[in-house]
Amino acid sequence: MSRFTEQFKRSFVIAKKNIKIYYSKGPVIIFGLVFPLFLALAYVIGRNIPLREVLPGIIGMTTFFTATSVGPSIVPWETRSKTLERLLCCPVAFWTIIVGDMLASFLFGLIISVIPLVIILVFNVGLLNFMALLFGLVIANLCFSALSVLLSAYPPTDIPATSMMLSSLVKFPLVFISGVFIPIEQLPQWGRIIASFSPLTYFTDLARQFILDKGYYPMMLDFLMIVIFASIFLFAAVKLHEKTLTKRLS
Amino acid sequence: MNFAIEVQDLTKHYEDVTAVDHINFEVKNGEIFGFLGPNGAGKTTTIRILTGLIKPDVGKASVANHDILRNPIEAKQCIGVVPEVSNAYIDLSAWENLTLIGKLYGVPKSKLHENATELLKEFGLYEVKNKLVRGFSKGMKQKLLLCMALINDPEVLFLDEPTSGLDVESARLLREKITQFNKEGKAVFLSTHNMEEANQLCHRIAIINHGKIAAIDTPENLRIQSMELQYIEVLFNKPVDLQIFSENPNISKASFAGNKLRISTANPSAVIEFLADFAKQNGIQILSLNTLMPSLEDVFIKLIKEKEAALK
Repeated sequence: MSRFTEQFKRSFVIAKKNIKIYYSKGPVIIFGLVFPLFLALAYVIGRNIPLREVLPGIIGMTTFFTATSVGPSIVPWETRSKTLERLLCCPVAFWTIIVGDMLASFLFGLIISVIPLVIILVFNVGLLNFMALLFGLVIANLCFSALSVLLSAYPPTDIPATSMMLSSLVKFPLVFISGVFIPIEQLPQWGRIIASFSPLTYFTDLARQFILDKGYYPMMLDFLMIVIFASIFLFAAVKLHEKTLTKRLS
Repeated sequence: MNFAIEVQDLTKHYEDVTAVDHINFEVKNGEIFGFLGPNGAGKTTTIRILTGLIKPDVGKASVANHDILRNPIEAKQCIGVVPEVSNAYIDLSAWENLTLIGKLYGVPKSKLHENATELLKEFGLYEVKNKLVRGFSKGMKQKLLLCMALINDPEVLFLDEPTSGLDVESARLLREKITQFNKEGKAVFLSTHNMEEANQLCHRIAIINHGKIAAIDTPENLRIQSMELQYIEVLFNKPVDLQIFSENPNISKASFAGNKLRISTANPSAVIEFLADFAKQNGIQILSLNTLMPSLEDVFIKLIKEKEAALK
């Protein structure tokens, strides 16, 4: 077995451990699923907006919040309990641990974000291409999971609450500039420029294309940008975590 | 000769502090190597470098013939580590902790289950294997850490203060297991504060202070090197005046330890002759007389003081 395959296999072992320890908790499910749902309800209640119009935003938010719900706190938590040291003593590459943390967020995010898809099927909301949306969901989850691990890289704290607070400072503004509540075409020029720097913009746009048959960017660009963001986030997460590791362990 | 551990010119700085300062040593295959030093001497930093946790600023180190800097995965594949602080996952059971580490070492499933069962039985944890580590006592956690370090059948075992804070029984069991592991021809790198433990277990000892190695030798040789720390304990049948002994040029220090007179000397035979003459001249009987070698603790304190004096 090649070294890469063996290390990737070990990433799954770490991911499985993370899901068991960090993701099977009630508050995580509440923050990942119930919270975005209520945020969406707060937006639509009292306004005569059909479910179909709201669904892209709900899918975008659920995917985004779920995939980033626990990721930022894993490394600080493991630093504090010294279990990060335990993992680093094992024959695993540093990227194996980071990918393991990312995979846990990804798998958890994927499971939870299937729920809006079930809503689509149950309420018989017409969908242009279910499989393409599912593929979009997979790559978006990968992208947001990588972001969640990146969010824990700096500062190299061992206090999970600090990391969660700082990640919220990034996550919440992203929701409001990514066309979740207001479609991008309705944003002013400066808003559109800012929106183009958010990975959530491209996934929401993708969901709008498949559900409403209208999008702002070409579909291929949406896919491509999500993949590019995912690659940048993962690369940056590995490098930043590596750079801050000595400080984290001291 | 192939060494289990080889360290050359290893140096690590933390901002303004030099934690490890150009140290060199080798650990032979099948050897228990003690690493002694006061707090902040550089013990944990050395272990962290050798186990691939941090990178040195200067120098080379190899473990089980693998360069820890160039081939860290291969090196780590051959080692087991018991850290200073318990770091098993408290929200997992003993079994889950053990199998998690086994999987991270790539131990095949059937072998992993066999090893895990055997180790848990050996350390008396099999009955509680499905309980969360959260509820374990310190002794149980430490035993589990040793099980986790042994799950991959390592060639070199690193132990950082393994018996610190343990009850006598648990500490003894851990020492027995370390000796047993070593009898299989495997090397052990033991960092400890406990002189008696180092004396009992180690074939050789390195004493480190301020990041520099003060001495490396067998416990016996270290004691021989510090012969001036030998002392004689003598019990007379009558009280004696301490002043008489302090004036003797062969006696570096004389004091009472309970009802016994304790005399530090580099020349015990001359002092014994003096004591015999003294007793005869004063009509006093010697009830008991013992010549004692310096303890490892005496040697340790002496070397540390010498090193500190040299630095000043």
